[in-house]
Amino acid sequence: MSSRNVSTSDKSSVRNVIIIGSGPAGLTAAIYSARANLEPLLIEGEPSSNSDQPGGQLMLTTEVENFPGFPEGIMGPELMANFREQATRFGTEILTSKVSKVDLRNRPFKVWIGNTSAEPTYLAQSIIVSTGAQSLMLGLESEKRLLGHGLSTCATCDGFFFRDQDIAVVGGGDSAVEEAMFLTRFASTVTIIHRRAELRASKIMQDRAHENPKIKFMWNTVVEDILGKNSVEGLAVRNLLTEEQTIVGFTGVFVAIGHRPSTDLFRGQLDLKDNGYLITQGSSSKTNIEGVFAAGDVQDDYYRQAITAAGSGCTAALDAERFLEDQGH
Amino acid sequence: MSGSISQLSEASFAEQVNSSSEPVLVDFWAEWCGPCKTIAPILEEIATEQSGSLRIAKVNVDENPGLAREFGVQSIPTMILFKDGEIVHKIVGAKGKEAILADLSPHL
Repeated sequence: MSSRNVSTSDKSSVRNVIIIGSGPAGLTAAIYSARANLEPLLIEGEPSSNSDQPGGQLMLTTEVENFPGFPEGIMGPELMANFREQATRFGTEILTSKVSKVDLRNRPFKVWIGNTSAEPTYLAQSIIVSTGAQSLMLGLESEKRLLGHGLSTCATCDGFFFRDQDIAVVGGGDSAVEEAMFLTRFASTVTIIHRRAELRASKIMQDRAHENPKIKFMWNTVVEDILGKNSVEGLAVRNLLTEEQTIVGFTGVFVAIGHRPSTDLFRGQLDLKDNGYLITQGSSSKTNIEGVFAAGDVQDDYYRQAITAAGSGCTAALDAERFLEDQGH
Repeated sequence: MSGSISQLSEASFAEQVNSSSEPVLVDFWAEWCGPCKTIAPILEEIATEQSGSLRIAKVNVDENPGLAREFGVQSIPTMILFKDGEIVHKIVGAKGKEAILADLSPHL
Protein backbone atom coordinates (compact mmCIF):
# COMPACT_ATOMS: atom_id res chain seq x y z
CA MET A 1 0.00 0.00 0.00
CA SER A 2 2.84 2.39 0.83
CA SER A 3 3.99 2.70 -2.79
CA ARG A 4 0.74 4.44 -3.63
CA ASN A 5 0.87 6.89 -0.76
CA VAL A 6 1.65 10.41 -1.86
CA SER A 7 3.59 13.27 -0.39
CA THR A 8 1.56 16.36 0.38
CA SER A 9 4.06 18.46 -1.57
CA ASP A 10 3.57 16.51 -4.80
CA LYS A 11 1.09 18.82 -6.56
CA SER A 12 0.87 16.73 -9.72
CA SER A 13 -0.74 13.86 -7.84
CA VAL A 14 -3.63 15.94 -6.51
CA ARG A 15 -6.92 14.68 -7.91
CA ASN A 16 -9.56 17.15 -9.06
CA VAL A 17 -12.31 15.22 -7.35
CA ILE A 18 -12.55 12.12 -5.22
CA ILE A 19 -15.98 10.54 -4.81
CA ILE A 20 -16.44 8.38 -1.73
CA GLY A 21 -19.24 5.81 -2.11
CA SER A 22 -20.74 4.13 -5.16
CA GLY A 23 -24.52 3.98 -4.92
CA PRO A 24 -26.74 5.91 -7.35
CA ALA A 25 -25.45 9.25 -5.97
CA GLY A 26 -21.73 8.48 -6.21
CA LEU A 27 -21.94 6.86 -9.64
CA THR A 28 -24.06 9.70 -11.05
CA ALA A 29 -21.53 12.20 -9.69
CA ALA A 30 -18.84 10.10 -11.39
CA ILE A 31 -20.65 10.09 -14.75
CA TYR A 32 -21.07 13.88 -14.69
CA SER A 33 -17.60 14.75 -13.44
CA ALA A 34 -15.95 12.28 -15.85
CA ARG A 35 -17.83 13.86 -18.75
CA ALA A 36 -16.58 17.23 -17.53
CA ASN A 37 -13.01 15.87 -17.89
CA LEU A 38 -12.36 16.04 -14.15
CA GLU A 39 -10.90 12.49 -14.20
CA PRO A 40 -12.69 11.49 -10.99
CA LEU A 41 -11.46 8.82 -8.63
CA LEU A 42 -14.36 6.84 -7.18
CA ILE A 43 -13.58 4.90 -4.01
CA GLU A 44 -16.41 2.41 -4.08
CA GLY A 45 -16.04 0.56 -0.77
CA GLU A 46 -15.49 -3.11 -0.04
CA PRO A 47 -17.78 -6.08 -0.66
CA SER A 48 -20.03 -7.10 2.21
CA SER A 49 -23.41 -8.75 2.59
CA ASN A 50 -25.10 -5.75 4.15
CA SER A 51 -26.06 -2.51 2.45
CA ASP A 52 -22.65 -0.89 3.12
CA GLN A 53 -21.01 -2.17 -0.06
CA PRO A 54 -20.14 -1.19 -3.64
CA GLY A 55 -23.36 -0.31 -5.46
CA GLY A 56 -25.13 0.46 -2.19
CA GLN A 57 -28.54 -0.62 -0.99
CA LEU A 58 -29.85 -1.58 -4.44
CA MET A 59 -27.35 -4.45 -4.54
CA LEU A 60 -29.58 -6.24 -2.03
CA THR A 61 -32.88 -5.67 -3.81
CA THR A 62 -34.62 -7.54 -6.60
CA GLU A 63 -36.97 -5.75 -8.95
CA VAL A 64 -36.77 -1.94 -8.98
CA GLU A 65 -40.12 -0.78 -10.36
CA ASN A 66 -39.92 2.97 -9.85
CA PHE A 67 -36.65 3.97 -11.53
CA PRO A 68 -37.66 5.98 -14.63
CA GLY A 69 -36.55 4.59 -17.96
CA PHE A 70 -37.25 0.95 -17.14
CA PRO A 71 -40.95 0.43 -17.84
CA GLU A 72 -40.71 -3.31 -17.11
CA GLY A 73 -38.58 -2.77 -13.99
CA ILE A 74 -34.96 -3.79 -13.59
CA MET A 75 -33.06 -5.88 -11.05
CA GLY A 76 -31.23 -3.72 -8.46
CA PRO A 77 -27.76 -5.26 -9.01
CA GLU A 78 -28.20 -4.97 -12.79
CA LEU A 79 -29.18 -1.30 -12.52
CA MET A 80 -26.07 -0.60 -10.45
CA ALA A 81 -23.86 -2.55 -12.88
CA ASN A 82 -25.25 -0.27 -15.64
CA PHE A 83 -24.48 2.87 -13.59
CA ARG A 84 -20.94 1.60 -13.03
CA GLU A 85 -20.38 0.76 -16.68
CA GLN A 86 -21.57 4.23 -17.69
CA ALA A 87 -19.19 5.86 -15.17
CA THR A 88 -16.18 3.86 -16.41
CA ARG A 89 -17.07 4.55 -20.06
CA PHE A 90 -16.22 8.22 -19.50
CA GLY A 91 -12.98 7.48 -17.68
CA THR A 92 -13.86 7.25 -14.00
CA GLU A 93 -11.13 5.45 -12.09
CA ILE A 94 -12.74 3.04 -9.61
CA LEU A 95 -11.00 1.68 -6.55
CA THR A 96 -12.54 -1.23 -4.59
CA SER A 97 -11.39 -0.17 -1.14
CA LYS A 98 -12.70 1.50 1.94
CA VAL A 99 -11.60 4.95 3.05
CA SER A 100 -10.14 4.72 6.55
CA LYS A 101 -9.65 8.43 7.32
CA VAL A 102 -10.11 11.90 5.81
CA ASP A 103 -8.56 15.22 6.75
CA LEU A 104 -10.66 18.11 5.43
CA ARG A 105 -9.01 20.96 7.35
CA ASN A 106 -6.94 22.31 4.45
CA ARG A 107 -6.84 21.91 0.69
CA PRO A 108 -5.76 19.70 -0.87
CA PHE A 109 -7.93 17.37 1.22
CA LYS A 110 -6.28 14.17 2.42
CA VAL A 111 -7.75 10.70 2.03
CA TRP A 112 -6.38 7.49 3.54
CA ILE A 113 -6.96 3.88 2.63
CA GLY A 114 -5.65 1.33 5.09
CA ASN A 115 -2.97 2.51 7.56
CA THR A 116 -4.10 5.87 8.96
CA SER A 117 -0.73 6.74 10.49
CA ALA A 118 1.06 6.59 7.12
CA GLU A 119 1.16 9.45 4.60
CA PRO A 120 -2.26 10.04 2.99
CA THR A 121 -3.06 7.70 0.10
CA TYR A 122 -4.68 10.41 -2.04
CA LEU A 123 -4.99 14.19 -2.20
CA ALA A 124 -7.93 16.00 -3.75
CA GLN A 125 -9.03 19.55 -4.56
CA SER A 126 -12.65 18.56 -3.96
CA ILE A 127 -14.50 15.66 -2.41
CA ILE A 128 -18.00 14.34 -2.97
CA VAL A 129 -19.32 12.33 -0.04
CA SER A 130 -21.88 9.72 -1.11
CA THR A 131 -21.35 7.01 1.47
CA GLY A 132 -25.08 6.33 1.85
CA ALA A 133 -26.69 4.58 4.75
CA GLN A 134 -26.35 1.07 6.09
CA SER A 135 -28.93 -1.28 7.53
CA LEU A 136 -29.44 -1.33 11.25
CA MET A 137 -29.27 -4.59 13.15
CA LEU A 138 -31.15 -5.35 16.36
CA GLY A 139 -27.98 -5.11 18.47
CA LEU A 140 -28.37 -8.55 20.09
CA GLU A 141 -25.44 -10.76 21.07
CA SER A 142 -27.14 -13.73 19.35
CA GLU A 143 -27.03 -11.89 16.00
CA LYS A 144 -23.29 -12.47 15.64
CA ARG A 145 -23.67 -16.21 16.26
CA LEU A 146 -26.62 -16.72 13.94
CA LEU A 147 -25.82 -14.39 11.04
CA GLY A 148 -25.72 -16.62 7.97
CA HIS A 149 -27.33 -19.45 9.92
CA GLY A 150 -30.97 -18.49 9.61
CA LEU A 151 -30.46 -14.79 10.35
CA SER A 152 -30.00 -12.69 7.22
CA THR A 153 -29.50 -9.12 6.13
CA CYS A 154 -30.18 -9.97 2.48
CA ALA A 155 -33.54 -11.47 1.53
CA THR A 156 -32.61 -11.65 -2.13
CA CYS A 157 -29.44 -13.62 -1.31
CA ASP A 158 -30.87 -15.99 1.23
CA GLY A 159 -34.65 -16.31 0.69
CA PHE A 160 -34.02 -19.35 -1.49
CA PHE A 161 -32.83 -21.36 1.52
CA PHE A 162 -36.14 -21.01 3.36
CA ARG A 163 -38.40 -22.87 0.95
CA ASP A 164 -41.55 -24.17 2.72
CA GLN A 165 -40.45 -22.77 6.07
CA ASP A 166 -42.02 -20.33 8.54
CA ILE A 167 -39.93 -17.19 8.73
CA ALA A 168 -40.09 -13.66 10.14
CA VAL A 169 -39.28 -10.18 8.90
CA VAL A 170 -38.60 -7.57 11.58
CA GLY A 171 -39.63 -4.02 10.63
CA GLY A 172 -42.56 -2.11 9.14
CA GLY A 173 -41.21 0.21 6.47
CA ASP A 174 -40.99 -0.18 2.70
CA SER A 175 -37.88 -2.34 2.81
CA ALA A 176 -39.41 -4.69 5.39
CA VAL A 177 -42.57 -5.12 3.32
CA GLU A 178 -40.62 -5.54 0.08
CA GLU A 179 -38.50 -8.24 1.71
CA ALA A 180 -41.59 -9.97 3.10
CA MET A 181 -43.27 -9.93 -0.31
CA PHE A 182 -40.16 -11.35 -1.95
CA LEU A 183 -39.79 -14.05 0.70
CA THR A 184 -43.33 -15.36 0.07
CA ARG A 185 -41.97 -16.81 -3.19
CA PHE A 186 -40.17 -19.40 -1.07
CA ALA A 187 -41.52 -19.57 2.48
CA SER A 188 -44.83 -21.10 3.64
CA THR A 189 -45.52 -18.10 5.85
CA VAL A 190 -43.80 -14.77 6.44
CA THR A 191 -44.62 -12.98 9.69
CA ILE A 192 -43.95 -9.26 9.79
CA ILE A 193 -43.02 -8.26 13.33
CA HIS A 194 -43.49 -4.55 13.87
CA ARG A 195 -43.25 -2.41 16.97
CA ARG A 196 -46.21 -0.26 15.96
CA ALA A 197 -49.85 -1.03 15.18
CA GLU A 198 -49.60 -0.24 11.48
CA LEU A 199 -47.03 -0.31 8.70
CA ARG A 200 -44.95 2.72 7.77
CA ALA A 201 -44.60 1.40 4.23
CA SER A 202 -46.11 3.20 1.22
CA LYS A 203 -49.80 2.62 0.46
CA ILE A 204 -49.15 0.38 -2.54
CA MET A 205 -46.79 -1.86 -0.54
CA GLN A 206 -49.21 -2.01 2.41
CA ASP A 207 -52.07 -3.11 0.14
CA ARG A 208 -49.92 -5.81 -1.43
CA ALA A 209 -48.86 -7.10 1.98
CA HIS A 210 -52.41 -7.22 3.36
CA GLU A 211 -53.65 -9.03 0.24
CA ASN A 212 -50.93 -11.67 0.35
CA PRO A 213 -52.27 -14.83 2.06
CA LYS A 214 -48.78 -15.95 3.10
CA ILE A 215 -48.08 -12.77 5.09
CA LYS A 216 -49.06 -12.59 8.75
CA PHE A 217 -48.53 -9.73 11.20
CA MET A 218 -47.45 -9.41 14.81
CA TRP A 219 -48.23 -5.83 15.78
CA ASN A 220 -46.86 -3.83 18.73
CA THR A 221 -44.15 -6.42 19.12
CA VAL A 222 -40.41 -6.22 19.64
CA VAL A 223 -37.77 -8.95 19.33
CA GLU A 224 -35.93 -9.56 22.60
CA ASP A 225 -33.70 -12.40 21.43
CA ILE A 226 -33.00 -14.75 18.55
CA LEU A 227 -32.97 -18.35 19.73
CA GLY A 228 -31.01 -21.35 18.47
CA LYS A 229 -27.53 -22.74 19.04
CA ASN A 230 -26.26 -23.47 15.54
CA SER A 231 -29.14 -22.10 13.50
CA VAL A 232 -32.25 -20.03 14.12
CA GLU A 233 -35.05 -21.91 15.89
CA GLY A 234 -37.24 -19.08 17.11
CA LEU A 235 -37.65 -15.60 18.50
CA ALA A 236 -38.31 -14.35 21.99
CA VAL A 237 -40.77 -11.48 21.50
CA ARG A 238 -42.56 -9.03 23.76
CA ASN A 239 -45.88 -7.34 23.14
CA LEU A 240 -45.50 -3.66 23.98
CA LEU A 241 -49.17 -3.22 24.96
CA THR A 242 -49.66 -6.28 27.15
CA GLU A 243 -45.97 -6.76 28.15
CA GLU A 244 -46.58 -10.42 27.40
CA GLN A 245 -43.42 -12.34 26.47
CA THR A 246 -43.65 -15.31 24.14
CA ILE A 247 -41.42 -17.61 22.15
CA VAL A 248 -42.37 -18.15 18.54
CA GLY A 249 -40.84 -20.79 16.28
CA PHE A 250 -39.17 -19.51 13.09
CA THR A 251 -36.33 -21.03 11.09
CA GLY A 252 -35.40 -17.78 9.39
CA VAL A 253 -35.25 -14.13 10.44
CA PHE A 254 -34.71 -11.13 8.17
CA VAL A 255 -34.00 -7.76 9.78
CA ALA A 256 -35.22 -4.59 8.03
CA ILE A 257 -35.64 -2.03 10.80
CA GLY A 258 -34.14 0.94 9.00
CA HIS A 259 -30.84 2.56 8.22
CA ARG A 260 -28.23 4.82 9.72
CA PRO A 261 -26.13 7.23 7.65
CA SER A 262 -22.51 6.21 7.08
CA THR A 263 -20.97 9.40 8.45
CA ASP A 264 -18.51 8.10 11.06
CA LEU A 265 -15.56 9.14 8.85
CA PHE A 266 -16.65 12.76 8.85
CA ARG A 267 -17.72 13.25 12.47
CA GLY A 268 -16.00 16.31 13.93
CA GLN A 269 -15.18 17.71 10.47
CA LEU A 270 -18.49 18.03 8.63
CA ASP A 271 -21.65 19.37 10.27
CA LEU A 272 -24.15 16.62 11.05
CA LYS A 273 -27.76 16.70 12.12
CA ASP A 274 -28.65 15.17 15.48
CA ASN A 275 -29.59 11.94 13.67
CA GLY A 276 -26.15 11.73 12.07
CA TYR A 277 -27.05 12.82 8.53
CA LEU A 278 -24.80 15.35 6.79
CA ILE A 279 -26.08 18.91 6.52
CA THR A 280 -26.10 20.48 3.05
CA GLN A 281 -26.82 24.15 2.32
CA GLY A 282 -30.21 24.96 0.79
CA SER A 283 -30.86 23.07 -2.42
CA SER A 284 -27.12 22.70 -3.11
CA SER A 285 -24.79 19.85 -2.19
CA LYS A 286 -22.42 22.16 -0.27
CA THR A 287 -21.32 21.12 3.21
CA ASN A 288 -19.82 23.44 5.82
CA ILE A 289 -16.39 22.98 4.21
CA GLU A 290 -15.76 24.71 0.91
CA GLY A 291 -14.88 22.09 -1.69
CA VAL A 292 -16.62 19.22 0.09
CA PHE A 293 -20.01 18.21 -1.29
CA ALA A 294 -22.53 15.58 -0.20
CA ALA A 295 -25.09 13.62 -2.19
CA GLY A 296 -27.54 10.76 -1.74
CA ASP A 297 -28.83 9.08 1.39
CA VAL A 298 -25.89 10.27 3.51
CA GLN A 299 -27.53 13.73 3.50
CA ASP A 300 -31.17 12.74 2.94
CA ASP A 301 -33.21 11.48 5.88
CA TYR A 302 -36.52 12.12 4.14
CA TYR A 303 -36.83 11.06 0.47
CA ARG A 304 -34.19 8.29 0.32
CA GLN A 305 -34.93 7.06 -3.19
CA ALA A 306 -32.53 5.82 -5.88
CA ILE A 307 -33.73 8.56 -8.22
CA THR A 308 -33.38 11.38 -5.67
CA ALA A 309 -29.90 10.07 -4.79
CA ALA A 310 -28.95 10.06 -8.48
CA GLY A 311 -30.32 13.60 -8.87
CA SER A 312 -28.32 14.88 -5.92
CA GLY A 313 -25.21 13.13 -7.28
CA CYS A 314 -25.59 15.22 -10.43
CA THR A 315 -26.00 18.37 -8.30
CA ALA A 316 -22.81 17.55 -6.39
CA ALA A 317 -20.80 16.97 -9.58
CA LEU A 318 -21.97 20.32 -11.00
CA ASP A 319 -21.21 22.08 -7.70
CA ALA A 320 -17.73 20.53 -7.64
CA GLU A 321 -17.10 21.49 -11.26
CA ARG A 322 -18.15 25.12 -10.57
CA PHE A 323 -16.00 25.20 -7.44
CA LEU A 324 -12.91 23.92 -9.32
CA GLU A 325 -13.48 26.48 -12.08
CA ASP A 326 -13.66 29.29 -9.50
CA GLN A 327 -10.41 28.02 -8.00
CA GLY A 328 -8.78 28.21 -11.43
CA HIS A 329 -8.31 24.49 -11.93
CA MET B 1 -5.80 -25.26 -15.54
CA SER B 2 -3.81 -22.63 -13.69
CA GLY B 3 -6.00 -19.95 -12.17
CA SER B 4 -9.19 -21.25 -13.76
CA ILE B 5 -12.37 -21.65 -11.73
CA SER B 6 -14.40 -24.80 -12.27
CA GLN B 7 -18.15 -25.16 -11.81
CA LEU B 8 -18.98 -28.13 -9.60
CA SER B 9 -22.11 -30.25 -9.74
CA GLU B 10 -23.50 -32.86 -7.38
CA ALA B 11 -21.93 -35.48 -9.67
CA SER B 12 -18.46 -33.95 -9.86
CA PHE B 13 -18.12 -32.52 -6.35
CA ALA B 14 -16.59 -35.51 -4.54
CA GLU B 15 -14.06 -36.25 -7.25
CA GLN B 16 -12.99 -32.61 -7.73
CA VAL B 17 -12.81 -31.63 -4.06
CA ASN B 18 -11.88 -34.80 -2.17
CA SER B 19 -9.11 -35.90 -4.47
CA SER B 20 -7.50 -32.49 -4.95
CA SER B 21 -3.88 -32.27 -3.86
CA GLU B 22 -4.36 -28.57 -3.13
CA PRO B 23 -6.89 -26.96 -0.78
CA VAL B 24 -10.11 -26.07 -2.62
CA LEU B 25 -12.18 -22.97 -1.85
CA VAL B 26 -15.77 -23.67 -2.89
CA ASP B 27 -17.91 -20.59 -3.51
CA PHE B 28 -21.67 -21.21 -3.16
CA TRP B 29 -23.42 -18.64 -5.34
CA ALA B 30 -26.42 -17.88 -7.56
CA GLU B 31 -27.24 -15.61 -10.46
CA TRP B 32 -29.74 -13.57 -8.39
CA CYS B 33 -27.32 -12.73 -5.55
CA GLY B 34 -25.84 -9.21 -5.77
CA PRO B 35 -22.97 -9.70 -3.27
CA CYS B 36 -22.02 -12.96 -5.07
CA LYS B 37 -21.48 -10.94 -8.24
CA THR B 38 -19.42 -8.37 -6.37
CA ILE B 39 -16.93 -10.96 -5.14
CA ALA B 40 -16.72 -12.95 -8.41
CA PRO B 41 -13.88 -10.83 -9.88
CA ILE B 42 -12.04 -10.96 -6.52
CA LEU B 43 -12.16 -14.76 -6.53
CA GLU B 44 -10.85 -14.78 -10.10
CA GLU B 45 -7.90 -12.64 -9.02
CA ILE B 46 -7.20 -14.89 -6.03
CA ALA B 47 -7.42 -18.01 -8.25
CA THR B 48 -4.78 -16.59 -10.56
CA GLU B 49 -2.48 -15.27 -7.83
CA GLN B 50 -2.68 -18.37 -5.63
CA SER B 51 -2.45 -20.80 -8.52
CA GLY B 52 -0.48 -23.82 -7.34
CA SER B 53 -1.37 -23.43 -3.66
CA LEU B 54 -5.15 -23.06 -3.86
CA ARG B 55 -7.92 -24.06 -6.24
CA ILE B 56 -11.22 -22.22 -6.45
CA ALA B 57 -14.45 -23.88 -7.53
CA LYS B 58 -18.06 -22.74 -7.65
CA VAL B 59 -21.37 -24.36 -6.77
CA ASN B 60 -24.50 -22.82 -8.26
CA VAL B 61 -27.07 -23.39 -5.50
CA ASP B 62 -30.01 -23.11 -7.92
CA GLU B 63 -28.70 -26.09 -9.86
CA ASN B 64 -27.32 -27.97 -6.86
CA PRO B 65 -29.62 -27.40 -3.87
CA GLY B 66 -28.55 -30.76 -2.44
CA LEU B 67 -24.94 -29.60 -2.05
CA ALA B 68 -26.06 -26.41 -0.32
CA ARG B 69 -28.15 -28.47 2.08
CA GLU B 70 -25.35 -31.00 2.67
CA PHE B 71 -22.96 -28.24 3.76
CA GLY B 72 -25.53 -26.25 5.74
CA VAL B 73 -25.42 -23.23 3.43
CA GLN B 74 -28.22 -20.83 4.41
CA SER B 75 -26.71 -17.63 3.11
CA ILE B 76 -24.78 -16.78 -0.03
CA PRO B 77 -22.10 -16.11 -0.82
CA THR B 78 -20.67 -18.79 1.47
CA MET B 79 -17.11 -19.89 0.78
CA ILE B 80 -15.95 -23.20 2.25
CA LEU B 81 -12.30 -24.23 2.27
CA PHE B 82 -11.69 -27.97 1.91
CA LYS B 83 -8.37 -29.72 2.60
CA ASP B 84 -8.17 -33.42 1.75
CA GLY B 85 -11.96 -33.42 1.52
CA GLU B 86 -12.42 -32.00 5.04
CA ILE B 87 -13.92 -28.60 5.86
CA VAL B 88 -11.22 -26.44 7.43
CA HIS B 89 -12.79 -22.97 7.18
CA LYS B 90 -16.07 -21.30 6.31
CA ILE B 91 -16.58 -17.67 5.22
CA VAL B 92 -20.20 -16.47 5.31
CA GLY B 93 -21.02 -13.28 3.44
CA ALA B 94 -19.15 -11.13 0.96
CA LYS B 95 -15.80 -9.61 1.97
CA GLY B 96 -12.97 -7.65 0.37
CA LYS B 97 -9.93 -9.36 -1.14
CA GLU B 98 -7.58 -8.61 1.77
CA ALA B 99 -10.11 -9.94 4.29
CA ILE B 100 -10.66 -13.17 2.32
CA LEU B 101 -6.90 -13.72 1.99
CA ALA B 102 -6.41 -13.08 5.71
CA ASP B 103 -9.08 -15.71 6.49
CA LEU B 104 -7.48 -18.25 4.16
CA SER B 105 -3.79 -17.72 4.88
CA PRO B 106 -3.55 -19.82 8.11
CA HIS B 107 -4.84 -22.81 6.12
CA LEU B 108 -2.67 -22.53 3.02
